[in-house]
Amino acid sequence: MTDPKPPPGRNLRLAGVSKQFGSFVAVDDLTLEVPRGSFFALLGPSGCGKTTTLRMVAGLERPSSGSIYLGDDDVTFSKPYQRPVNTVFQNYALFPHLDVYENVAFGLRRRRAKDVRRQVTEVLELVELGALTRRRPAQLSGGQQQRVALARAVVNRPDVLLLDEPLGALDLKLRRQMQLELKRIQTEVGLTFVHVTHDQEEAMTMADTIAVMNSGRIEQLGSPVELYESPATAYVANFLGQSNLVRAAVRERSADRVCFEVGGQLLTMPAARCRSTSDEILAGVRPEKIHLVRAGGDEPAGPAGPGNRLGGGIVTDASFTGVSTQYLVRLPFDQELMVFAQNRGVGDVLPVGERVTLSWEPVHTFGLDGAQDAGAGAEVDDDEPIAVG
Amino acid sequence: MSSLGSVAASTARASGPPEPLGRAGRRLTPYLLLLPGLAWLAVFFAIPILALASTSVQTRVPGAEVGVYAQTFRWANYPDALREYSAQFGRAFEYAALATVLALLIGYPLAYAIAFKAGRWKNLLLVLVIAPFFTSFILRTIAWRQVLADSGPVVRALRAVHLLGPTHSLTATNIAVVAGLTYNFLPFMTLPLYASLERVDPRLVEAAGDLYANGFTGFRRVTLPLSMPGVVAGTLLTFIPAAGDYVNAALLGNPSTAMVGNVIDSRFFRVVDYPTAAALSFMLMAAIFILVTLYIRRSGTEELV
Amino acid sequence: MTAPAVARVPAGRRAVRWLSEHLIVIYAVLAFAYLFVPIAYTVAFSFNNAGKSNLVWRGFTVDNWRNPCGAPDVCGALVTSLKVGLLATVLSTVLGTMIAFALARHRFRGRAVTNLLIFLPMATPEVVLGASLLTMFLNLKINPGFATIVVAHVMFCISFVVVTVKARVASLDPRLEQAAMDLYADEWQAFRRITLPLAAPGIFAAALLAFALSFDDFIITNFNSGNVNTFPKFVYVSAARGIPPQANVIGTAMFLVALLVVVAGQVLARARRRG
Repeated sequence: MTDPKPPPGRNLRLAGVSKQFGSFVAVDDLTLEVPRGSFFALLGPSGCGKTTTLRMVAGLERPSSGSIYLGDDDVTFSKPYQRPVNTVFQNYALFPHLDVYENVAFGLRRRRAKDVRRQVTEVLELVELGALTRRRPAQLSGGQQQRVALARAVVNRPDVLLLDEPLGALDLKLRRQMQLELKRIQTEVGLTFVHVTHDQEEAMTMADTIAVMNSGRIEQLGSPVELYESPATAYVANFLGQSNLVRAAVRERSADRVCFEVGGQLLTMPAARCRSTSDEILAGVRPEKIHLVRAGGDEPAGPAGPGNRLGGGIVTDASFTGVSTQYLVRLPFDQELMVFAQNRGVGDVLPVGERVTLSWEPVHTFGLDGAQDAGAGAEVDDDEPIAVG
Repeated sequence: MSSLGSVAASTARASGPPEPLGRAGRRLTPYLLLLPGLAWLAVFFAIPILALASTSVQTRVPGAEVGVYAQTFRWANYPDALREYSAQFGRAFEYAALATVLALLIGYPLAYAIAFKAGRWKNLLLVLVIAPFFTSFILRTIAWRQVLADSGPVVRALRAVHLLGPTHSLTATNIAVVAGLTYNFLPFMTLPLYASLERVDPRLVEAAGDLYANGFTGFRRVTLPLSMPGVVAGTLLTFIPAAGDYVNAALLGNPSTAMVGNVIDSRFFRVVDYPTAAALSFMLMAAIFILVTLYIRRSGTEELV
Repeated sequence: MTAPAVARVPAGRRAVRWLSEHLIVIYAVLAFAYLFVPIAYTVAFSFNNAGKSNLVWRGFTVDNWRNPCGAPDVCGALVTSLKVGLLATVLSTVLGTMIAFALARHRFRGRAVTNLLIFLPMATPEVVLGASLLTMFLNLKINPGFATIVVAHVMFCISFVVVTVKARVASLDPRLEQAAMDLYADEWQAFRRITLPLAAPGIFAAALLAFALSFDDFIITNFNSGNVNTFPKFVYVSAARGIPPQANVIGTAMFLVALLVVVAGQVLARARRRG
């Protein structure tokens, strides 16, 4: 490959990209834009199409329909070696017969780059592996292999760097460390990172923008805060963190408020927070936003304005996790809601069987279309055989 | 049949190619890669087999010189050959079966010892199992002939304990032929056995012990059934070539121990009777094929290793 | 009187227990002894001070080793075997490797036929392989000789090469080639720099296997060699009138060389893993 290196950084754009394998639709009409220099995450469970999307961007799969653009160039049908895109593979795919130096230098050599030694040394310093240049991959630990794989991709200064669940094989502590490392490197080098993961905490920690994918489609695209505080669908609400979703009937709509009824009790939310215009909605609130008070006790003081109160609850489970206590509260309309109470050292852990009232700020409520499955995105189905990739 | 190649064959698995790389790809490449090798096999294996088939239904042209045949589609060649050489056929399968059983009895404990008791010497011991077979197959068999000769130590010892009469020998007997077959095909039995025994997770035997099985029962109910794929592979790899062998019978036996392989050989070279030889060859293949199919179906293993 | 904490096992019982635990090891030793009987014999009689017929022990001598080509035709047969082996190895390895790559890395029509054509020669008795090839040669009025031996050897070696190489290639992570292409190597470069070096051990093993199969082949060679002698054929033919001790010398030498190659291979593999 002797093409000159294109100017640094271009936007990545997917337009209506689909991919079918036989009758199975892996990616369904995907459209998104990744601005240059950002850290973009594709988040979703196994089989949702995120890896397939990544491979199409890399050129390792060809879309069944749609187009992929780097800047103004249509790269949909370009071969992988014709695209200024590099991938960090899930199991690193380090060349076992080459040492660290040659692995990292591989792309540079294929492009007949000048000054290979300097570039390789620089990038190995960047990932803190300068001392191990002559080792073979088999002699490295998992974390070190991961960094070699990263260096091998970064050294080519691609327009887009693709990461396919690169931290999956690492243990928890190392993973946390590497998440920070990756973010640091991305900011330092200024490349566009597209990171595929099923770990929502990882995505939220690292990414500027997240696209939550489900069954080949994007459920929602936005910043971590947006996705978390204003989920668009039940799937997103359940996939990112935990949500309490209850079926509610809308009783009254006004310009600034929506009143709805749950189990005979009336609650409100700001109109802007309700995404549905129908009469049946799913009302949601995150567990950490809810206050638990002993039934008949005083409410803690809060900002002015009526809060939402849901009475008649009974504590069915209380798990003290140190940082917080996680409660399960059964409500009269036969649903269990989760409540996370931060451990402020004030008050005891409420025992099982205690009668409680739940309360939260109306602005923390969100409303979703009632036609959805309230459990979507919540749990991995244990009966299914283990999905591969 | 002299090598460990068949063993390699049995330990390799059929597998499809990985997912396509998604590009149109070189459609022609695989065919170009396949062409020379497959052409070679087609010309020098497939066609000869077909040629043999056609020869098997030829007859000698009366009055013509030796070796001249006419294509007469005389299907009666087959029952004729079978009738005349049924003894040798029977003997071939009998000896092969005996040799297979003996090889199993000798080879299984050996494979077991290497798999479970060898520790870090495993690889060395495996090499030692194969090593004797680095010498020429013929030399080995001749060596046995000498060792089993009347003047050799084995016969002398057997005569000393009166297991063998003073006028009886071991060479030029069916015992020697079976012994030769057993010896020469022992690695074909031992290596697949080892391969499948090696895969048995020792924790399974421990679990059996935890559930009140003693040593022997643990073996019988856990290790043995799990090693069955190896047993099947080993018996097939031993029986098939042994049935067609003629070298052991020629070197260690006498005319009355002739196997069907000997007949085919002699029909080709000594008495020039190609149709009979050809017919016998196909019947040998057919018989092996039938036996093997029945055996595989009965032993019910899906994988051979 | 209190019972002892640990009961003393009588000596007889202990012996039995030792025996039963080590029975299998004892058996293994005996089995190995059995395996090496003909080798010991062959090696021993390579030092026999015999004339042409190496049947009775006449005394120790290293003359045979000093003069391994002393007996007529022995070295000629050996050289023929080596030449045939080399040619057959090169040809069958090249052809077989190509097929293996096609099977392991490409999609094509006719996979079933290909697999059948590869598998059948391995399952066919050697007598039939040899006889059928001879039949064809005779029908085409081709005289069996050196060329027909090579042709026959290549024929039966291809299948083993295919199986060996295919196993190795199939075990290679296809993502390595994808990674190479992701890093600007086109298909040919990816093959040359990644796939081929990684498949090389398998190809080498297949070549060794082909050589071993070819060198030691008797039955198929016997059918298709006419007057030409390979080493195994020479030994067989001499068996009637007496095998010269030089044949034992060569047999022993082969054994030692092969043993060395295998052991060296193991040592190298271990060193590479550690280094």
